[in-house]
Amino acid sequence: MSTVTTRPADTAAPLPEGLKQRRLPSWAPLGIAVVSVAAAVGAGMLFGLQSKVQWGLIAALLFVAVSFALASAVEGRRQAKDRLATSLVWVCFLLAVVPLASLIWTTVGQGSKVLDGYFLTHSMAGLLDIQPGGGIYHAIIGTLEQVGLATLIAAPIGLLTAIYLVEYGKGTLAKAVTFFVDVMTGIPSIVAGLFILSFWLLMLGFDYSGFAGAMSLAILMMPVVVRSTEEMLKLVPNELREASLALGVPKWRTITKVVLPTAVGGITTGLVLAVARIAGETAPILLLVYGAPYINNNPFEGAQSSLPLYVYQQYVNGNAASYDRAWAAALVLIIFVMLLNLVARGIAHWKAPKAGH
Amino acid sequence: MDTPSRSEHTPSPPDLVTPPGLTSPQTGLAAASAASGRARLGDRLFAGASKGSGILLLVIMAAIAVFLAVRATVAISANEGNFLTTFEWNANANPPVFGIAVLAYGTVVSSIIAMVIAVPVAVGIALFVSHYAPRRLAQPIAFVIDLLAAVPSIIYGLWGALFLVPHLTGLNLWLDEYLGWTVIFDKTNPAATPRSLFTVGILLAIMILPIITNVTREVFLQVPRAHEEAALALGATRWEVIRMSVLPFGRSGIISASMLGLGRALGETMAVATVLSASPVLTAHLLDAGGGTFAQNIASAFKEANDMGRDALIASGLVLFVITLLVNGAARLIIARHKEYSGANA
Repeated sequence: MSTVTTRPADTAAPLPEGLKQRRLPSWAPLGIAVVSVAAAVGAGMLFGLQSKVQWGLIAALLFVAVSFALASAVEGRRQAKDRLATSLVWVCFLLAVVPLASLIWTTVGQGSKVLDGYFLTHSMAGLLDIQPGGGIYHAIIGTLEQVGLATLIAAPIGLLTAIYLVEYGKGTLAKAVTFFVDVMTGIPSIVAGLFILSFWLLMLGFDYSGFAGAMSLAILMMPVVVRSTEEMLKLVPNELREASLALGVPKWRTITKVVLPTAVGGITTGLVLAVARIAGETAPILLLVYGAPYINNNPFEGAQSSLPLYVYQQYVNGNAASYDRAWAAALVLIIFVMLLNLVARGIAHWKAPKAGH
Repeated sequence: MDTPSRSEHTPSPPDLVTPPGLTSPQTGLAAASAASGRARLGDRLFAGASKGSGILLLVIMAAIAVFLAVRATVAISANEGNFLTTFEWNANANPPVFGIAVLAYGTVVSSIIAMVIAVPVAVGIALFVSHYAPRRLAQPIAFVIDLLAAVPSIIYGLWGALFLVPHLTGLNLWLDEYLGWTVIFDKTNPAATPRSLFTVGILLAIMILPIITNVTREVFLQVPRAHEEAALALGATRWEVIRMSVLPFGRSGIISASMLGLGRALGETMAVATVLSASPVLTAHLLDAGGGTFAQNIASAFKEANDMGRDALIASGLVLFVITLLVNGAARLIIARHKEYSGANA
C-alpha cells in the first residue's frame, strides 16, 4: 500500500533546478504577431509606403526577429531555433495564403460586376471592343465542345494505356511507356499546340477549328488520365483478379467486369480532374482555334472561341469595358473548374472502396 | 525403392472421368475449346488494343519531336541571324533574322526567381500542413491547396497584370533605392510600371507553389513515425525532429517536386504573356521592363506571324520542348531512384 501512495508523490515533487526550463507563456506567439503587425502598420503609415506588400513583409520580418530574440533570451538557443523554425513556417503559410486569397477575392469582386443572365447568353458578335455589353455564350459553347471532344479522344486511349501498364505491361515497352507518360505530363501546353499546328494545320492543310484545339487538349489530357487510372487499378486487390481467373473467366472479361467496376469511382474522379485541368488551357487554343467573336456551333469547321481565350483577348483589348468582361469570364471559368473539382472529390468520397474487401 | 510400387497404386486417368450422367468428355472438350477460342480472340483484341494505346502514346511523343524538328529546320536554314545568339526576333522580315538569346535568358531567369521564392515557401507550407498546423486545420488546408493548383493560368495572368503589377510598384522602388547597388535590383527607369522579369518570377512562384507544396507534403507524410519518435525520445525539439528525420527523408522528394515546378514555370505561357512588356533586350537589371520567354514570345508573336514567322516560333518551341523534357526526365529519374532505395516502402 505504502508504495502505491508514494509514487505519485515522487513525480509531483518539484524537478531539480537543472532540469527545469524557463518557457515563454503560451500566448507569446500571438502577442508578438499582434505587436509586429501593429508596428508594421505604424511604420508603413509613418514612412508613407504605399504598397501593402511592404507592410506585410515588414510585419513578417518583425515577427520572426522578435520571437527569435525573445526566445533566445528566455528559453535558450535550442528552443529559440525551434521558435524560429515555427515562426518561419507560419510566415510561409501566411505569405502563400495572402496572394491566393487576393486572387480569389479580386476575381469574385471584379467578376460579379457584369456577370448576369445577358452576359451568359450573348456573344460578342457586332460589338466593338470598347463598347460595354456583350457576353460569353460563344465561348462557353466553344469550351464545352472542345473539352468534350478532347475527352472523347483522350479518355479511351488513356484508360487502355493504363490497363496495359497495370494488367499486361512487362519489359522494356511498359517501362518506356511509363517513363514517357511521366515526361508527357510536363509538356508545356504551348508545345502541344505547336505540334498540332505543324501537323494538322501546316502539313495536312486543315483550317483553324475547335477540333484542332481539342486534339492538342487531348495530348495534354492523356498522361493525366493514364497516371490517375493506373494508380486506381493498382489499388484493386489481386485476390479479385485471381478469383475471377480461377473461375475460368477470360482475362479481358475479368478486366472489364471485375477490375474496372471495382475502380470506377477513382477512375471517374481522375477523368473529371483531367477535364478540369484542360478546361483552363489557353495557349494551344490561342494557336489553333483563333477566337471568333460570334457563335459557331460546329467544332469541325471555322474559328471558335473558348473561355480562357476570351479572357486573354479581352485583357489584350485593354479598356475598362473589356477588363470587366475579362474578369467576369474569369469568374465563370474559375467556378466551372472548381465545380468540376468538387464533383470529382464528391465522386471519390461517394465511390470510395468500402472497407472489408 | 518405394517409388515403383507407389506408381502402381496410383489410379489411371480414365478412372477420373465424369460419371455417365454428365456430358461425355468429347463434347465437353469441344465446347471448352470453342469457348476458349472466343476468349482467346477477345483476349487478343483487348490486349492488342491496350498495347496499341501505349504504343500510340510513344508515337505521339516521337511525332511531337519530329514535326517540330522538321518545321524548325526550315526556319533555321532560312535564318540570316545566329539562332542561338541573335537578340531580335524579326522572323517575318525578308530575309528573316531571329535568335533565342533573349528568350532563353528570360525563361531561365524568371524560372530561377520563381524557384528561389517558391521552393523554401512551399517546403514551409508543406511542413506547416504535415507537422505544425492544428490537426483539424491540416485537412482543409491541404484541400484548398489542391483546389488552388487547379486555378487556370490565364486567371493568374489576369490577376498578375491588373492587380499584382500596380501593387508591386512600391516594393520595386524600395528595392531600387536600398538594394540598387547589387545591379540586379537597379532600376534604370524608376517611374516605369514593373512589368519586368522580376514581377514575372514572383507571379510564377505563386503559380507553382501549390504543385511543389502538394508533392512535398505527400513525401513528408510518408516519413516513418519511428524516425520522428526516436528523435523526440532523445529530447529533440520539433525543429530538430524535422531537421534530423523529416528533411533528410524528404530531400529527394523536395528536389523532384521543385523540378516539376520548374518544368511548369519554364513552359508557362499566359501568365507571362499578360504581365511582361516584352522587348528584345537582355539586361541584368531584373526590375527593368523588357525581355521575353519562349512561351510568351510564341503566344504574343503568333497572330502577326507569316509562314516563316510560324516556323521560327516552332523552332523556339522545339528548344522549349527539349528543355522541359530534360528537366522533367531528371525529376522522374530522381523520384524513381528514391522509390527503389527508400526504406519507407520496405
